[in-house]
Amino acid sequence: MFETLVNLDLAPLFLSFKLAFVTTLILFVFSLPLAWYLSQSKSKMKPFIEAVTALPIVLPPSVIGFYILWALSINSPVGIFFEEVFGVKLVFNFTGIVIASCFYSLPFMVQPLQSGFESINKNMLEASLLAGKSKFETLFRVALPNIKPALITAIIVTFAHTVGEFGVVLMVGGSIPNETKVAAVAIYEFVEIIDYESAHIYSAIMLILSFIVLLSVYIFNQKYNRKFTGFHR
Amino acid sequence: MIKIDIKKQLHGSIGTMNLDVKLDIKAKEFLALTGASGSGKTTLLRSLAGLEKADGTIIVDNEIWQDKKNFLPVQKRKIGFVFQDYALFDNMTVKENLLYVKKDKELANHLLGITELGSLKDRLPNSLSGGQKQRVSLCRAMMNRPKLLLMDEPLSALDSTMRIKLQNEILQLHEEFKTTTILVSHEPSEIYKLSNRVVVLKDGQIIDDGDAKKVLLKTNGSAKFSFEGKLLDIVQMDIIFVAIIAIGQQLVEVTITSNEAKNLIIGEKVIVSTKAFAPTITQRL
Repeated sequence: MFETLVNLDLAPLFLSFKLAFVTTLILFVFSLPLAWYLSQSKSKMKPFIEAVTALPIVLPPSVIGFYILWALSINSPVGIFFEEVFGVKLVFNFTGIVIASCFYSLPFMVQPLQSGFESINKNMLEASLLAGKSKFETLFRVALPNIKPALITAIIVTFAHTVGEFGVVLMVGGSIPNETKVAAVAIYEFVEIIDYESAHIYSAIMLILSFIVLLSVYIFNQKYNRKFTGFHR
Repeated sequence: MIKIDIKKQLHGSIGTMNLDVKLDIKAKEFLALTGASGSGKTTLLRSLAGLEKADGTIIVDNEIWQDKKNFLPVQKRKIGFVFQDYALFDNMTVKENLLYVKKDKELANHLLGITELGSLKDRLPNSLSGGQKQRVSLCRAMMNRPKLLLMDEPLSALDSTMRIKLQNEILQLHEEFKTTTILVSHEPSEIYKLSNRVVVLKDGQIIDDGDAKKVLLKTNGSAKFSFEGKLLDIVQMDIIFVAIIAIGQQLVEVTITSNEAKNLIIGEKVIVSTKAFAPTITQRL
């Protein structure tokens, strides 16, 4: 047991967290304007965009994986374009699983942010506009600081959900060591070759880390709610 | 000088309604806007602020805020606006709420001094009482030194002592900053105390416009004073009838004749008035 621990190949774990970090960063930048737009919009397009955004929650990962594979492969226009113009392939490498993860985890970033923005008192946002501030400044100085729990939830859940990803990564990335072989895929392979000891260690690490992350979120939210919404006169 | 001539179709709980308001307001006037809920008061205020779009023109001091071609965005109107629910920035302290509007520490301290909030300047809004919050909101509205101060039922969530305190502060700020002020209110005593002109809206139209005394005193003919109330009950006592009427928070008994008793309907609104009669008024302790 001890020997297995010492010789443990940590690369899949690191890869999982690297993937989650990059995905969360990209999704945060992309989702912030989208969630803000959805929270403020009364457009007839809104339900349509919301439905598309929520699709990854209900679709089997294999379906998402299949479409992404189909769309990004070197036989598709998108794949050909990237190959010819930038010289990059989009599948069976790290770039590919980042793109796939961004689709897969999109709702986990957009939805908490959107409901956070929707819960803000509209008058508070209007008060900022009346103070002469632009919508951009209102978003960053009034809206975002007032939805800290939703913000933290969105970031952490997106991160955790990407770490826990399996099917999409397997389909779009395969299992290339140091490139696309993330912890979840590694565990699957350990079980396949009946190496239960390694599977146990990996699984336990994932379990403990995930628990710690979620626990921190809930503790933060509780403290935040006491400070900003409770009465303590 | 403010010239308003706007139209807007509103979709309310009672179906569609057309807001159609023509109004000229003099500089430094304190105008109270009143009328039943759903009559378009808030929409008028929000259109003036640029928070909502209506058709028509709004001209303030010869500057076009809105006409067919132009729409001055809310940010450029430099309006002071006080919401009923305070709408303070919860993530900022009292002082930060004021300085967010304009980095003018001197003005912020001056305003906090007037409203006796100096000692609370580092507190977060959620640790303040309703009255304190509304004073912060009032101070925040003045940070731009607005020409136009708009208040949407600012005092209706507060108790009567706090109301009176805030009414005085509103008057003081109105005079010191020489603002043109529009106050939406349902409270006759408040309107009487603060405003020098009252506009009554009903179903989107102005139905009355004048000084507070003319608009608010509901006496007619030779009646010396009259109250509107709700007839709760008529009780027969031997040969006389007693009507029990709710006037505001107060219940009163009025002796009536059997004829009158026959013609009155319990649950309906009634007017209690008297002619030749010298009422005694004593200070309530």
